[in-house]
Amino acid sequence: MSSAKESIASLEEDFNALSVRDRLLLLLEFSDNLPELPARYAEHPDLLERVEECQSPVYLFVEVEDNSKVNLFFSAPPEAPTTRGFAGVLHEALDGHSVDEVLSVDEDFPNRLGLSEAVSPLRLSGMRAILRRIKRQIREKLV
Amino acid sequence: MPVSFDSSTKFAEYAHPEVLVSTDWLAVNKDLPGLVVVESDEDVLLYETGHIPGAVKIDWHTDLNDPVTRDYVDGVGFAKLLSRVGISRESTVVIYGDKSNWWASYALWVFKLFGHEDVRLLDGGRDAWIAEGRELTREQTQVTPTDYPVIERDDSTIRAFRDDVLAHFGNPLIDVRSAVEYSGERTHMPDYPDEGALRGGHIPSAKSVPWARAAGENGVFKTRAELESIYLDEVGLKAGDSVIAYCRIGERSSHTWFVLNYLLGLPGVRNYDGSWTEWGSLVGVPIVKGTEPGLAPVR
Repeated sequence: MSSAKESIASLEEDFNALSVRDRLLLLLEFSDNLPELPARYAEHPDLLERVEECQSPVYLFVEVEDNSKVNLFFSAPPEAPTTRGFAGVLHEALDGHSVDEVLSVDEDFPNRLGLSEAVSPLRLSGMRAILRRIKRQIREKLV
Repeated sequence: MPVSFDSSTKFAEYAHPEVLVSTDWLAVNKDLPGLVVVESDEDVLLYETGHIPGAVKIDWHTDLNDPVTRDYVDGVGFAKLLSRVGISRESTVVIYGDKSNWWASYALWVFKLFGHEDVRLLDGGRDAWIAEGRELTREQTQVTPTDYPVIERDDSTIRAFRDDVLAHFGNPLIDVRSAVEYSGERTHMPDYPDEGALRGGHIPSAKSVPWARAAGENGVFKTRAELESIYLDEVGLKAGDSVIAYCRIGERSSHTWFVLNYLLGLPGVRNYDGSWTEWGSLVGVPIVKGTEPGLAPVR
């Protein structure tokens, strides 16, 4: 498995190689392919944390396995594809990586995907907010 | 050839029945030559998840706003946009969107800043179309670009700036935000990102009429009688009034502007698009907190 840094570099490359319209379509793919919540969270929405800074509701839960591996879970409705897409990109970039790797991810990387023009900087700030909350949950869960 | 109007009984009661079409009407007429269907949503990716066949997309953020100045695109930018999506000056445009047509109303209002004549809303918007199980597609709409003329934007008739608001005291102001934004408990919509305002509250004397009161079940506009009982009987607006509506950035108030202007036929209604993100950060302007409108400052 490649490192989180490599995943992010390859995401940056993929998005930036596309026209602005196709970047949106790639974001839509991430939205379409956002993994469903496993039953343990789907049945317990109270365990999920709401990301208030996003324009549409998105909920997230971070598991830290054995104090070292990060597992990410998201829930966002299909009527909020942009937010779902942001969650999908973060899932692709960070899920399954080590705590150290995820904590050292540059919080500005969402700005380097070439999406500012496609979705507007204001909307993109929602993605940075999700990333900040992921890091906060990790720190809280380390023992 | 001009595109016919929707002669539904519900619309006939409104002051300007020609600005609305029903889902039934659109399903039958959407492919008429001279008609362009536009989707305008809050979520920039919603159109891509599936849109009315043949519809083009206009995004409020990336298309209608100037990328640098806090303002709308100018005549050149608007001409470029409309040419790109295949709209001519003579086209009939039907706009629909999510959230009971907030952004669709906002787009319509911007079209009117440029005096585009025939612009209509789909009553109930995207949700009504979907609720009725009508067709959506992800297929890219094939557009034949047009040559839309460069029209100078008219900011003097339906748009209000902060100085217009200061000069307006004594006349009706309508705050269409949620109750907690009006009282000053919050500076932005519950569950929405904070676009930034340094103070909470409302413009003195503004009455609180949340935009959604104009929308009935399924997001369609309420009947004329229902709207009159809110805006005329309860709020006390009357023909001849000069009215300014505002919200946070001017989108929800476009919805109310549409209702007052076209459905109730009150001329002289303007939308203050600077809205709370501007007023709540302006140095030295008066603000009232709490649930009461408060008094208009004496000029």
